[in-house]
Amino acid sequence: MMRGSILAVVVAALSVASAHAIAQEFNIVIRNNAFEPQEIRVPAGKRVSIYVSNEDASAEEFESPALKVEKVIPGKSKGLVRVGPLAPGRYEFFGEFHPNTAKGVVIAE
Amino acid sequence: MFGALIIVFREVIEAGLIIGIVLAATRGVSGRGRWVSAGVLAGALGAGIVALFAEAIANAFEGAGQELFNAGVLSAAVAMLMWHAAWMSRHGREMAVELAAVGAAVTAGKRPMTALAVVVALAVLREGAEVVLFLYGILAAGTSSGSLLLGGALGLAAGAAFTALTYYGLVSIPARHIFTVTTVLIALLAAGMAAQAAQYLDAAGVINGLSRQLWDTSPWLPQDGIVGRVLHALIGYTDRPTELQLIAYLATLAAMAALTRLATPARTAHARAV
Repeated sequence: MMRGSILAVVVAALSVASAHAIAQEFNIVIRNNAFEPQEIRVPAGKRVSIYVSNEDASAEEFESPALKVEKVIPGKSKGLVRVGPLAPGRYEFFGEFHPNTAKGVVIAE
Repeated sequence: MFGALIIVFREVIEAGLIIGIVLAATRGVSGRGRWVSAGVLAGALGAGIVALFAEAIANAFEGAGQELFNAGVLSAAVAMLMWHAAWMSRHGREMAVELAAVGAAVTAGKRPMTALAVVVALAVLREGAEVVLFLYGILAAGTSSGSLLLGGALGLAAGAAFTALTYYGLVSIPARHIFTVTTVLIALLAAGMAAQAAQYLDAAGVINGLSRQLWDTSPWLPQDGIVGRVLHALIGYTDRPTELQLIAYLATLAAMAALTRLATPARTAHARAV
């Protein structure tokens, strides 16, 4: 009984550890020159992968001095943005080619 | 239209500054106009090709292709600037003395312009690709593209005017100081590029660690404003630098200083000879 529960704890701990070892993935879509969703919540202190899919025909530049990212996403294509590890807080990003409509924020917590 | 003008202008600021500095640094070198024009043309041509393959580049290396490409382009530019710095410190002082003595009409035609022409080409390539993608996007979207394209063209013209402003600002510096000023500017330019390259390597996942942010000056001088952008291109200003960026910046500055000093053979002997 005792041994079984220790094993269960070890297995649970290992699976948590391996889940954390893999960079967590998030998705953002660009549609009509705007981001969807405009807000994503990511874990603080970890590497995070954000896949940005541009469904518009026009290119967009995913830019954020806060996240230290500057990446062109051509029209009708997908780009991978790697950020972090981030301290808890709000990190704004925008589409440089459509700065009036394309705005969003990454919240690390 | 005004929005497109601003967007394109912001994209071309960095290349504009680099071209202005290169032109000022090579004042009096015969045939430099041809070299710089060739650099701009090659860069523009390359930008078109890069834009054409943007998707393939972005998807290469597990999605880190664009970051690695930018890091590579920036590193090549830094290497060229280092080569130029080393060459200049070996031969430049004689030229500077000649310029001061005989006037700016004297040309030092033997100086290799290749390194700086490549730097110009790489700067135009990197930023030009973004402009091409932006303008192509306007065409692809179709709606009211005429005025947006006009705005983009005006943005390019504003960038050219900015280049001219940089150049004339620099060449108004007295001839005996311009050598020192352009040497320092080129060293800072290289340091800023190295810091950018390091950040691209971090974004690509090649370098992990040293990613702690050292300070945040974005409330006072945001890097995405026009002034912040100019300073970013000129001296590598970053409002939220990481440890890695600072290390790359300082290491490059130190390397540039060492190259300038090491490559200067018996400075006083040269001065006396002239």
